[in-house]
Amino acid sequence: MLEELQELKADATSALEKTTNLRELDEWRVQYLGRKGHLTSILRRLGSMSFEERRAVGAAANEVKFELEEALRAREGSLKERELAESLERTSIDVTLPGYPVALGRLHPVTRAIKEICEIFASMGFQVVEGPEVEWDYYNFEALNIPQDHPARDMWDTFWIDTPEDEHQLMLLRTHTSPMQIRLMEQTRPPVRAVVPGKVYRYEATDATHESMFHQIEGLAVDQGITLGDLKGTLFEFARRLFGSDRKVRFRCDYFPFVEPGVEMAIDCWICRGAGCRLCGHSGWIEILGAGMVHPEVLRRVNYDPDIYTGFAFGLGVERIPMLRYGIDDIRLFFGNDLRFLRQF
Amino acid sequence: MKVSSNWLREYIDITLPLKDLAHRLTMSGTEVDSIEVIGEAWKGISIGEIVAVEPHPNADRLKLVTIDLGKEQATVVCGAPNVRIGEKVPFARVGSQLVDSRTGQTFELRPATIRDVASDGMACSEKELGISESHEGLMILPPAAPVGVPLADYLGDAVLDLEVTPNRPDCLSHIGIAWEVAALTKRHVRLPAVQYPEEGPDINSLISVEIEDPALCRRYCASFIEGIQVGPSPAWMQQRLAACGMRPINNIVDITNYVMLEYGQPLHAFDFPQVGDGKIVVRRAAHGEKLTTLDGVDRTLAPDMLAIADSRIPIALAGVMGGADTEIIDISRTVLLESANFQPASIRRTSTILKLRSEASVRFERGISPDLALPAIRRATQLIVELAGGKAARGIVDVYPGQSEPCTILLTCSAVRGLLGIDMKMEQMVDILTSLGFGCEVTGVAEVKVTVPYWRMDVRQRVDLIEELARTVGYDFIPTTMLSGRLPGQVLNPVVNLRERLRDMMVGCGFQEIISYSLISKDRLNKAFNERGALRVANPLSAEQEYLRTSLFPSLLYHLASNQRHEEAGIRLFELGRIYMEGDGDLPEEREMLNAVLSGSRSPLSWLGEKGEFDFFDAKGVVDTLFERLGVAAQFRPVAHESLHPSSVRDSLHPGRSAEIVIEGTVVGILGETHPRLCEVFDLARQTVALFEIDIEKLLRHVRDGRTYRPVSRFPASSRDLALVLSRTVPVSQVKDIIMSFQLVTDTVVFDIYVGEQIASGKKSLAIRVTYQSPTHTLTDAEVEEVEKAVLARLSEELGATLRS
Repeated sequence: MLEELQELKADATSALEKTTNLRELDEWRVQYLGRKGHLTSILRRLGSMSFEERRAVGAAANEVKFELEEALRAREGSLKERELAESLERTSIDVTLPGYPVALGRLHPVTRAIKEICEIFASMGFQVVEGPEVEWDYYNFEALNIPQDHPARDMWDTFWIDTPEDEHQLMLLRTHTSPMQIRLMEQTRPPVRAVVPGKVYRYEATDATHESMFHQIEGLAVDQGITLGDLKGTLFEFARRLFGSDRKVRFRCDYFPFVEPGVEMAIDCWICRGAGCRLCGHSGWIEILGAGMVHPEVLRRVNYDPDIYTGFAFGLGVERIPMLRYGIDDIRLFFGNDLRFLRQF
Repeated sequence: MKVSSNWLREYIDITLPLKDLAHRLTMSGTEVDSIEVIGEAWKGISIGEIVAVEPHPNADRLKLVTIDLGKEQATVVCGAPNVRIGEKVPFARVGSQLVDSRTGQTFELRPATIRDVASDGMACSEKELGISESHEGLMILPPAAPVGVPLADYLGDAVLDLEVTPNRPDCLSHIGIAWEVAALTKRHVRLPAVQYPEEGPDINSLISVEIEDPALCRRYCASFIEGIQVGPSPAWMQQRLAACGMRPINNIVDITNYVMLEYGQPLHAFDFPQVGDGKIVVRRAAHGEKLTTLDGVDRTLAPDMLAIADSRIPIALAGVMGGADTEIIDISRTVLLESANFQPASIRRTSTILKLRSEASVRFERGISPDLALPAIRRATQLIVELAGGKAARGIVDVYPGQSEPCTILLTCSAVRGLLGIDMKMEQMVDILTSLGFGCEVTGVAEVKVTVPYWRMDVRQRVDLIEELARTVGYDFIPTTMLSGRLPGQVLNPVVNLRERLRDMMVGCGFQEIISYSLISKDRLNKAFNERGALRVANPLSAEQEYLRTSLFPSLLYHLASNQRHEEAGIRLFELGRIYMEGDGDLPEEREMLNAVLSGSRSPLSWLGEKGEFDFFDAKGVVDTLFERLGVAAQFRPVAHESLHPSSVRDSLHPGRSAEIVIEGTVVGILGETHPRLCEVFDLARQTVALFEIDIEKLLRHVRDGRTYRPVSRFPASSRDLALVLSRTVPVSQVKDIIMSFQLVTDTVVFDIYVGEQIASGKKSLAIRVTYQSPTHTLTDAEVEEVEKAVLARLSEELGATLRS
């Protein structure tokens, strides 16, 4: 009997080693340890044995049972381990394959520049307003101290709108965002602090640096006690935030009929650091915007007393900013809307 | 305006290196574009005199030329046709840099032996010196050229190219620039001393001047010189004119140009015998009067143009160009010289109408001072007497109806501080203004009465003086301060606000933003989606950009087509921009629109497989998403033929696959697929184009941003599916509306639509999942069944729907 038990144990152990998966393992358990299994059938025969025999065989049988159960647990653990490993192996992938495409939208680079610039000024208390693109001559020129037949009109070649003959006022596509200076001041009393982004139009043959349509951002601040120093400070801060704090900024005298004194702001060229290169036209400086103190004639036009109020205004071309930043050498690319161009921003 | 530094030095000492001076001028408002140095490359080239010419022993066409260089002589082999004893020529030693006359390349002159005769150097043509393209012979220098002197010392110059702003006609002259340099470098201006003998008869016995329209002619000065000899002007004058970009013509014309470049006053010389009755009448041209101008063009004049006439006919276009008949020619002997002042706007109008811009018109239209006319005519008369011989008549005719008092301005230190933010000492202010030619009379501790010099017509009020101070000290001296003080009340523009939200959402939905031209061609305008009343530009640059767009779609479809040519994947584009409609008497209506197009495959070519092509429902999904974010509930109804949309819009859409977007009864946009014919019209790839358009202002009226929190029900929801059969023509929205009208129904989803076998023709089968939930308790099956029964009853009653068996 004891021999039989030892045989059973040897059989079972070798059979256990042959199991390769959990199903076979379960079959093995039923075969050796189950209620109708080999071990049970040996134990059933215990009743017909003598007390001595029963004690000896019983103890041995229990030991074998315990050992086989231990072996079963160990085998189960290693088989589970192996199955998991196999399943991991089976489900592994080529991680270099591309992922599911997610549709990515993009802003136009000009929109992006407008947002960025307006945010800088908004943080300095300027509100963002907009105005009409089709304007009266009055707002675009006359009220800005540029009367009919003024030679400065050459600075803004103009698209005129075909109007009925009984229309006495001249209608045009605004050549700059400056008409909103007048509209704003007509609508409110000081303090005024606003920026005006928008499209402007020039009757100008197009080439790599000239477009018949482009975007400008106008700025206007009017109140008591605003000085040329404030103009410099505000625009200096703007230039450093947009172009980096290590940029040098230069202010020189320039002429625009609706400001006095007039200002042109330039930053030092970041390619050559002032030494002169192609980007800056060998001057070391890159012109960014025109500005100046609001002309007293303009203030009088909107019934602001120039003895009480002063202010500054500025206007900058938006396309120039991404052109400088990304090294875009042709302004016409912006409105060509080729996805191969737009996708780069 | 080109300024010769040699010439400028006559009026001012230049103490700074030119590069530094150029920087100062640029910073103070007169931008120096470039400095061109004439003669920079002329090292080793000096002035020689030809003293002997002998034939070359071995070549017929070559000569042996001996050139005297003062301390030495050189013999060169030369083939130029104009070699003559006594001529002064530029001589280049071995080692000089010259321009090869054939290739235009610079080369270094090497020792050479030509046909067995050694040549010590080379006599040069203008082309070889890089002066001009002339290579017909040697450059012949004036007889007075000093032998042995380096050519650069004699002919060299540095020319500043200035960008003069329109307010500064005074800077279109060397004396004007001298005043600028004087103020910037603290020097004094030396004006030419003008004196000449007046040996002729009294001028009033010879000519008369009458100004008919004093508003258009503020002053007219005339002088008279007889017995002149017309010929080339002296070399120094020719050189200066050439350096400033003017072609020398003859001594008389050159003198008028020279004085214009010197003083800034345009002058004109008439051949006096051609001036009928010696009479000058400044008058408006008569209707249809003709004049042949100096450029040889026959021009028809009109009454809004000012003419200089003799007793009968116009002889010049005032301030713009002289007439051909009174032009100074070689045989002219008597000159009537004009120095006048014309109203700027009138000159500008005339030159614009005739498309005739001249050096004179540019100066007049910018408003030069009438006080300039007299000093300039005296200077020119002096030069004619000196350089062309002849006798000047006694006196000058000076008709000056437009005389005015000098402009005076009271300037205070506090005004300077108020605008510039700096304290400037009275002494410094006076110094600066005086150096610019202003008269200063200190009238108080901090107050000065400033008299504006006549040539500074641009300075008329206090701020103008303050700019003079700021630009002269330099803007760098103004401190940098930050704005302080009150902030204006912030006013929000809700349309702009909504537009920017939509912009971000569209990017989030995977669309690429584009910006296209507001101006489009008539052809493109008419292709599709044209609304009423497009505005036309009166002076379009080209037919491509003639009309203001009335829809963003034509440009979007154009850009879609052009991108389809190189894009394999599907394309999603949107634009946020304005369309322009004729207004009623006021400015046109500018409407902010959102337009989008989608076309091509939903997903790019990928190992993950295809997902089909964009269609109506992709566009609708985007619109649904936008409206969901904005809290807007919209209805979609087929674009009815009797709808508000113009036929051009309806004809651009697929009649069975397009809808109006309706919110609370208002049409706020359209949604759909393009009419198949548009593929050809826009040269689009043959695939579905889905699109939508939303009028932002109309949408704004329905946006409800106020959201109220609803508690999430604690009780479970239960879903049941319905399979309905009903007529194909019944829109799903009606089915959903009915189901959703029941209180316990919280959601319905259509998850299948079937038409075909097993369904009667004209019918469709809909599979709908209905979700029921109560906020107060867990629904029992019986409760749900009761609601479902009621739902079915209404669907059957109102839509004829039956349960699919």
